[in-house]
Amino acid sequence: MTKDYSLELALVDGNPSLKELDEIIVKPINTRPSKKYLLVLGFFSSLLLIGAVCVGLTFYYGIGMWGNNQPVAWAFDITNFVFWIGIGHAGTLISAILFLLRQQWRNGIARFAEAMTIFAVMCAGLFPIIHTGRPWLAGYLIPYPNQHVMWPNFISPLVWDVFAVSTYFTVSLIFWYVGLIPDFAALRDRATDKIRKTIYSFFSLGWRNSSRQWHHYEKVYMILAGLATPLVLSVHTVVSWDFAAAIIPGWHSTIFPPYFVAGAIFSGFAMVSTVLIFVRKVFDMEHIITLDTLEKMNKIVLLTGSMVGYAYIIEWFMAWYSGSPTELFTTLNRAFGPYAWGYWIMVSCNVFFPQLFWFKKIRRSVPITLVIVILVNVGMWFERFVIIVSSLSRDFLPSSWHYFKPTLIDMGILIGSFGLFFTLVLLFARTLPVISMAEIKSVIQGAQPTHHGDNHNE
Amino acid sequence: MNNDKKIFGITALFDTPNEIIKAAKKVKDAGYKYFDVNTPYPIHGMDKAMGLKSSKLGYVTLFFGFFGASSILFFMWWTLAVNYPLVIGGKPYFPLPAFVPITFEFTVLNAVISTFIAMIAVVFNMPFNAHPLHDSNYIKNVSSDKYGVVIESEDPKFDENNVKEFLRSLGGKSIEIIYNPEKQTFKVFQPRFVVFLIIVAIITSLSTYVTLNKLMYMPPFDFMMNQNKGSAQAESTFFYDKHEMREPVKGTVARGFIPYAFEGVVDTNEFYSNPFLPTKENLELGQKKFLTFCSPCHGDYADGNSRLQGQFPPGPTLHSARVIGFSDGKLYNIITNGQNGIMPSYTYQTTREERWAIVNYIRVLQRAQNPKPSDFTEISDTNKESGNASN
Repeated sequence: MTKDYSLELALVDGNPSLKELDEIIVKPINTRPSKKYLLVLGFFSSLLLIGAVCVGLTFYYGIGMWGNNQPVAWAFDITNFVFWIGIGHAGTLISAILFLLRQQWRNGIARFAEAMTIFAVMCAGLFPIIHTGRPWLAGYLIPYPNQHVMWPNFISPLVWDVFAVSTYFTVSLIFWYVGLIPDFAALRDRATDKIRKTIYSFFSLGWRNSSRQWHHYEKVYMILAGLATPLVLSVHTVVSWDFAAAIIPGWHSTIFPPYFVAGAIFSGFAMVSTVLIFVRKVFDMEHIITLDTLEKMNKIVLLTGSMVGYAYIIEWFMAWYSGSPTELFTTLNRAFGPYAWGYWIMVSCNVFFPQLFWFKKIRRSVPITLVIVILVNVGMWFERFVIIVSSLSRDFLPSSWHYFKPTLIDMGILIGSFGLFFTLVLLFARTLPVISMAEIKSVIQGAQPTHHGDNHNE
Repeated sequence: MNNDKKIFGITALFDTPNEIIKAAKKVKDAGYKYFDVNTPYPIHGMDKAMGLKSSKLGYVTLFFGFFGASSILFFMWWTLAVNYPLVIGGKPYFPLPAFVPITFEFTVLNAVISTFIAMIAVVFNMPFNAHPLHDSNYIKNVSSDKYGVVIESEDPKFDENNVKEFLRSLGGKSIEIIYNPEKQTFKVFQPRFVVFLIIVAIITSLSTYVTLNKLMYMPPFDFMMNQNKGSAQAESTFFYDKHEMREPVKGTVARGFIPYAFEGVVDTNEFYSNPFLPTKENLELGQKKFLTFCSPCHGDYADGNSRLQGQFPPGPTLHSARVIGFSDGKLYNIITNGQNGIMPSYTYQTTREERWAIVNYIRVLQRAQNPKPSDFTEISDTNKESGNASN
């Protein structure tokens, strides 16, 4: 049997009409939420509440409420920060890099992934601020003329981080909003009651679907994608410099930037898969977010997972090759020291399980995919934990060695960040179109003028 | 229909992308300039069919990207190398490689925000919800699943019947005339708006007051004020002597301290000799300290002409033969220990070096009142040698 590879796979199964697509995408917005949805929302917002209480206790009593102490001054807070920033990377990768590479299968998942980017960066941005213990003093990070006649230290990676993360958030938000404008216009024109119409009119800015607008719009979308591409690579690079620029053994490593970026995309894709598997089932969007799309995402998870595994191996090689006894000790200590349990969770979740995606059957099996991507999420959280805590707990001075144990407050804030993320995701899924209506319409069969026979370019 | 209203344009709907792209091309070929094509999503090749030139927005990105890069570099150089130069980690004041990450981030930020604003506000003139097309049947179709053409009345070739006929000949359906909406004007100071302004003003001032005067004095915001620490003059609950302020260990000597053997000994016949030469710096220091601490009683020229005008026993002149006869060490002893129960000790006001400088300056004042003939010889480059010889 021969296959015609000149034909592209259909991006949307069943060839629905434009009206049908509208109906499917708008349905979750216009129908009353079910009891199940409210139950899930209630669950995650209670987690958020737990987190809020723990953060409140932290602010009132100070960060002595956490398990952090010398020498483990960074623990859950920065682990969560790096974890959430990493989750965010998939959205920009899908929306910007895959856009530039003309990967049209991204259209079904781009909107959701971008929204997850924004929510994840919001979760991430909280942690450095919480970690100051006095969050209202975070304003000093912004260079403004102040009474102290002092400026931020622009050559510190921590200040780079402030600029990188805030730029990343702003650019992601603008990119997301630019994509949403035509959809707001479509919602506005479908809206029947006055309140909805006013809200959608406000956010659509008076978009008219005019080709004179589309003409500039497409150009700007490409420019934004072009700018977001190096940006997304820079953000996790800068995050990795927070560690790589320090002299702690296990941190001071030039492999960190590419290793962190690959890890970020890895964990981000896993999180997008986790959420989308539920979304496509619950909202009956299995023909828009197709099995082919999931399979392609699994391939990226496999690729980036292998890159992360390669980085783990290189760490062992460098520990030996550097000839530095402290490096060798740190690496051995990670695998066989007090945090060995964390290391082996990380290795098995990040390196071993994603390798199962070499088998097509597993790539195309939704339940197995779900299990593996959740394991990847767990593994990537532990990767950051292992890097941060195991390196700090065994630093140069054996007299100050210390075993970090999280407190209940630490756990509460971690749970709270998941609560915040999923609460926002759930609210988003019911208030905005989870799939870009304009983009998905433009890639279904017959959406573009034919080039055969009827040559319009003449 | 109300024919008094001005026509904005005439619209027609099409069902397929192939139809619309052909229609757009024909409208352009028919010579219409003010027309538009509305589609639910961008159609490939439409800009060519409509004869649109390539978007210039890329230049905005380029300009503001460069502007962002150069301005943030300039700013970082100014803050860290000019306004408050600090050596950090032994790096130079302008470490270019370390400025690269922020320069890059700011370039992207600036380029993205300016491109977005340029597109929305400048090119599209949005937000613009009062456009005549809004709320029409036409726009509701083209934002969903139809493709439409609108020919606007501003076009010089516009003629209601001709355009209708033309659109029909292209195969357009549901041809519709769109009228300009009546202009609505609103007063600036409507009662509602004024009330809104007042409420905003009250809320802003109240919250500012509460934040600055109440909130900042509550825990945890008072963490700087209420610390677990002792303050200098407070009673201690920790130390036996109830002093928060601790004294140095007995026998502690301050850094650079040079002891004076006659501290507190007013009547002594042994004196130190002057360890300082009357250099220019030393005399200037002596003048400054003399004018500060000595002149109120002894007068600016040490002639006993007190500024205090008898409110305090006037100090004697220092130009008497007796004082001129004092050794430097005796003068130093007097400044250090005080004299006659009237002149106090000046050890708290002046340092050892300053007291010797005052002594040197008193000598200058005395010499100025009783000059030697050689002092009247002008010292210049030409007679420098003779001046030196006469000394």
